[in-house]
Amino acid sequence: MRFSNEWSEGRIKSIKQVGETVRQFEIDIPAEVSFSAGSHINVEVYFKGHPEIRSYSLVGKPRRTSVLKIAVKLLPESKGGSAYMWTLEEGQKIRVSQPKNHFELTYGSSEYVLLAGGIGITPMVSMAEELLAKGENFRFVYAAQKRSDMPFSEDLNTLLGDRLQLFVQDEHGLVDIPALVNSMKKGSQLYVCGPMGMLEAAKLAWFQSALPAEDLRYETFGTTGLYPTVAFKVNLPRFNKTVEVSANQTLLDALEEEGIEVMYDCKRGECGLCQVDIIEYSGTIDHRDAFFSSEERACDKKLCACVSRVFEGELTLDTSYRG
Amino acid sequence: MDQSKFTMNYSFPKNAWYAAARDVEIGYSLFPRKICNEPLVMYRNKAGKAVVLQDACWHRLLPLSKGTLINDEVRCGYHGLRYNKDGRCTFMPSQETINPSACVKSYPVVERHRYIWVWMGNPAEADESKVPDLFWNDHPEWTGDGDVIYGKCNYKLVLDNLMDLTHETFVHSESIGNDAVAEAPFDVTHTDESATVTRWMKNIDAPPFWVAQLGKDVKVDRWQIINFIAPASIAIDVGVAPEGTGAPEGDRSQGVNGCVVNTITPETDTTCHYFWAFCRNYNLKNVARTHQLRAGVTRIFSQDEDILEAQQKAIEANPGREFYNLNIDGGAMWTRRIIDKLVEKERS
Ligand code: FES
Ligand code: FES
Ligand SMILES: [Fe+2]
Repeated sequence: MRFSNEWSEGRIKSIKQVGETVRQFEIDIPAEVSFSAGSHINVEVYFKGHPEIRSYSLVGKPRRTSVLKIAVKLLPESKGGSAYMWTLEEGQKIRVSQPKNHFELTYGSSEYVLLAGGIGITPMVSMAEELLAKGENFRFVYAAQKRSDMPFSEDLNTLLGDRLQLFVQDEHGLVDIPALVNSMKKGSQLYVCGPMGMLEAAKLAWFQSALPAEDLRYETFGTTGLYPTVAFKVNLPRFNKTVEVSANQTLLDALEEEGIEVMYDCKRGECGLCQVDIIEYSGTIDHRDAFFSSEERACDKKLCACVSRVFEGELTLDTSYRG
Repeated sequence: MDQSKFTMNYSFPKNAWYAAARDVEIGYSLFPRKICNEPLVMYRNKAGKAVVLQDACWHRLLPLSKGTLINDEVRCGYHGLRYNKDGRCTFMPSQETINPSACVKSYPVVERHRYIWVWMGNPAEADESKVPDLFWNDHPEWTGDGDVIYGKCNYKLVLDNLMDLTHETFVHSESIGNDAVAEAPFDVTHTDESATVTRWMKNIDAPPFWVAQLGKDVKVDRWQIINFIAPASIAIDVGVAPEGTGAPEGDRSQGVNGCVVNTITPETDTTCHYFWAFCRNYNLKNVARTHQLRAGVTRIFSQDEDILEAQQKAIEANPGREFYNLNIDGGAMWTRRIIDKLVEKERS
């Protein structure tokens, strides 16, 4: 459900390092709010002095509370949100929205499988707490690159015991996602939050199984792709311009900065409104959206400017402007 | 509305089962109804199972009730988004994928005792064992029928009305009321989730309604035992037995026994859906009697409807005014206090 932001002024109550590259923030807010499993808040961050909005999932048991807990991974190539968050200190003020939810649990399933990768763990903690409280049948698979960067794994282990399966890539290799999907029956739901590679693997495995499409549920904040995030150059013959997209900027932002208008709404690769036409490219297009189907991606004719990028190459684009 | 006020608060707990429809109201078609200030759309799937979804499309909020049922799914009547019973979107036009956040709220539903019950609060807390036990509606030793009234008042005014039957003497004098009701003493008891008002009127003339049920005009012992089941159901055990045949002591065999089953669902702060049925455990096979009783009670309740609508208007016309309460309001006061506590518990 989509609601307008209602902002309030919070204060950082505590900051804690919960992984090598992850910090947990507790934010005091003026009035109690309730949040449901899978919720996030919007946070006002500053990037080059301009306010921007970032979304972070709420961690912990769904409840009424006046302390909101989020966890932020410092991404070297971040759009600026995590870098800003990491400059914050305890006691500082921060503007936050009310809890919102685009990743609701759907109740009544015979089985739930939660699959979290890396910082994708954040919305999954509240889901696990909720499913546990409700006595639902569920399994939790949590994968990360290294053990030292696996926030909440100990708490989850205590909470979930046998239901939790930890996969440390450096020690055990990758999660076998096709096997995981094959172990599920009709009527089970799979919830995924993690890097693009994991999501793509889950989508593919799901698509190849006979399970109904709507039982695969995922949330993407559009922050990762299949390739590293690097700067690239964009040519816009219609505007007679060449634009440089830096590593901590989206294509959409870069175009906007140049005064080239592109329609957008979600800015997380879901709605498809920001799609632009690819005239030519070199390198690899890193589609990071959830809007295009794999067939559409394979043709590389369009991309979602809010999240997608080019790896080791250059793009030539056209927008919908015909003036 | 200021919820802190004493008698004038309109609040209701959300973590509760509310009757959303009578079983006969819902079929294989889209049926809109607002419950607890939330627009809902209901239907039965082909297997007969009731589904309740939020009546506002994820896309641009068009009521889904203006759409179409296709293969157990709801298709929005504007741009064709489709939703399954869980509220998940299964189709989006002109694109190959479905936005992963697309859904409408789906409400926990139970069909029991001839009502479709919906859980308006946190779905994780929906517990089927908490559906009010209104067994009279479909118990083999009982028969009866009822209806739903569109109440133009806050639901608590209906609860007040049912928790104190003194008003029968003044509002329903030609049918079920007589002076004995207003004169007889009564007991009020309660638990954390129920309140009971018990009134025995011994050795009295039966009012016309009960003369007809008993089939003879003799002195009777009459009872009214009003049972409130939180948050919004009231089952009233009523009847008469020839005077001195042992009813007050527990032997009702010579008498006639009915149960007025009521469950009131808030629609908005100032309107409600008032579900009722009159059930009896005598003359079970007399279908004409069922029909007559339903018509009779409909007439009686229409007198209450007038009063309650006028009372709601008066509340609005007298802002800031609170009710005074009398001895007769004891049952209603417990009802309100129990509800307030449930609401309070949800806030903490
Ligand atoms: S703005 Fe929605 S997909 Fe880019
Ligand atoms: S409003 Fe329902 S499909 Fe557009
Ligand atoms: Fe009445």
